[in-house]
Amino acid sequence: MAELVSPVTPISPAGPGPAPRVPLRDTMARYGVRLALVTLVAVAAATGILVWDNPAAPGSSGYWTIVRSRLSSVGTILVVAFCHGVATVAFHSVTNNRILTPSILGFDALYRVVQTALVFFLGAGSLAATDGIAKVVLQSVLMVGFATLLYGWLFTGRRADLHLLLLVGVVLGMGFGSLSTFMQRMLTPSEFDILSARLFGSISTSSAEYLPWGAAVCVVVGTLLWRRRHVLDVVALGRETATSLGVRHQREVLLTLLLVAVLVSVSTSLVGPMTFFGFVAALLTYQVVGTSRHALTLPMVVALASAMLLLAYFVLRHVFYAGGLVTVVIELGGGLVFLFYLLRKGLR
Amino acid sequence: MTTLTTAPAPTAARTWQRSGGLLAAALLTLALVVTSLFVGVYDLGAQGGDAMFWITRVPRTLALVLAGSAMAVSGLVLQQLTQNRFVEATTAGTSEWAALGLLLSVILLPTVGLATRMVVASAAAFVGTMVFLVVLRRVQVRTTLVVPVVGLMLGAVVSALTTLIAVRTNYLQLLGTWFMGSFTTVVRGQYEVLWVVAAVCVAIFVLADRLTVAGLGRDVATNLGLSYDRVLLVGTAMVAVASGVTTVVVGFLPFLGLVVPNVVSLLRGDDLRSNLPWVCLGGVALVTACDILGRVVRMPFEIPVGMILGVVGAAGFLLLVLRVRRRG
Repeated sequence: MAELVSPVTPISPAGPGPAPRVPLRDTMARYGVRLALVTLVAVAAATGILVWDNPAAPGSSGYWTIVRSRLSSVGTILVVAFCHGVATVAFHSVTNNRILTPSILGFDALYRVVQTALVFFLGAGSLAATDGIAKVVLQSVLMVGFATLLYGWLFTGRRADLHLLLLVGVVLGMGFGSLSTFMQRMLTPSEFDILSARLFGSISTSSAEYLPWGAAVCVVVGTLLWRRRHVLDVVALGRETATSLGVRHQREVLLTLLLVAVLVSVSTSLVGPMTFFGFVAALLTYQVVGTSRHALTLPMVVALASAMLLLAYFVLRHVFYAGGLVTVVIELGGGLVFLFYLLRKGLR
Repeated sequence: MTTLTTAPAPTAARTWQRSGGLLAAALLTLALVVTSLFVGVYDLGAQGGDAMFWITRVPRTLALVLAGSAMAVSGLVLQQLTQNRFVEATTAGTSEWAALGLLLSVILLPTVGLATRMVVASAAAFVGTMVFLVVLRRVQVRTTLVVPVVGLMLGAVVSALTTLIAVRTNYLQLLGTWFMGSFTTVVRGQYEVLWVVAAVCVAIFVLADRLTVAGLGRDVATNLGLSYDRVLLVGTAMVAVASGVTTVVVGFLPFLGLVVPNVVSLLRGDDLRSNLPWVCLGGVALVTACDILGRVVRMPFEIPVGMILGVVGAAGFLLLVLRVRRRG
């Protein structure tokens, strides 16, 4: 158990130790500056995406049409960054580790299996009929079941649990992937078309009509998590501590996992799976913020994730003309970072 | 080199028992292989059925036998070399490297034949497996489960790179069909290169004892007078050739080298030399069974064997992992 807990530096109100403590105001000021800088980068990249290389004359009607079409790309990026960043940080807190992320544990592969199984067993009409809230609820129920199963293992094992979880998650992801492909092979071409529109998005070609839904879900889930940010701080201290501090640990964890599952399914439905993105965003956030307080980490992770994705998209689209590759490039870089981290620090 | 395992002198009854079991397993596998010859859409009794039999059915079945046994045995070899039960071509990234090599050979050498492509793919697989082994030496925390995780992550990074290259060169659609792990396209004149793999299997049989000793670790093996590095290189090269050739001809066959050797070990213990024939048979039986399933489940269409193996293998793998964990 001890090796599962990542070193957390709680900001104690009056530490008895002689350690020199930075006044809270200075910490907050430094944090504010960093957040502003990251946000500035994100805004600059977003502006770049909107207006760079626009063939029409500035101010003409064609110009605004192009900007509008690029706005949906920016919106998609913001939603995806929000989903992955917030989901990963919340997941890290409730599972008491900083390595495993919902994506690495096969959440998005599960999402695809659920989607495919819906079409496979109920026909293509099922997707249209159960669009929106009902479907998200059904998927979330399934995914939370899965998450609860994994979570149960996390605390019932003796040793090497994180390794086991990681391995199990990765292999499950592979198995789910095969299962999805298998079922997709059995569909009629028209059914497959409807399904693939739902499963294989990229930032340039994500379905614009689904974006408002995704954004709305993000706002709702974000609000819920933000209001519970102090509870999350306590939950992150581990089960025993949280329980003695009067937090219903089990309930809070399950609720958070449910929200995480919703976020992951929104992002996956927009741009497909991104395994390592959340991990990298969270890792950077912890480095920049330097504390685990969710009041600080949650805004920062959203800003950082957005800045990363927007920058990557801007560079790839306007320098290399390959807007569809953003997720692949992020995957490549993130995978290398993850590997490096794993080799350096092991799984502690 | 004499055998190092000092097994108790087998009594006549036990010898018979062993060979009897192996005979039964061989017969079962043979039954599957024969079934594979007679499963398909084309009616062999019809006009030209005889020709069809020799053009597609026999090559396909032979390819199943060769690829199945090769991948299962090379999984066993990798497990010896890494001293880890959970390593095989897909969890060491070997297959992904072979795919990268194949793609590069298609882009850079568009006119060369199949043989050159296989050499390139095998070379890439060799480099990749070596990278994996070197990375493993650098890992500070070498628990049983960290090794396959590192391999899988390496594989994920390499396959992202492959995807990237494929997208930039418009080969993405081909990528999906190439590595699907399917015997559908195997016909006469297309599969003969797979016989290279048979040579690899024979070589592994010859080297069984050396690999067993190498599996005891560098220090012990060196003390016993084995040139550890040479065995490591030769073993890796054989695995790379098997994976490279199989990847080029049929694509990925996930989890095969993982599930079969482990199940054999569970049933029979860890004597590599006497397990080898069982692992060969098990690999053939599993691939053939999955392939027949893929052919029958949606007649007249086919489901690629790689998908079925992916589902079955993942389930089997998880059962193995959890079983090991229960024992602590």
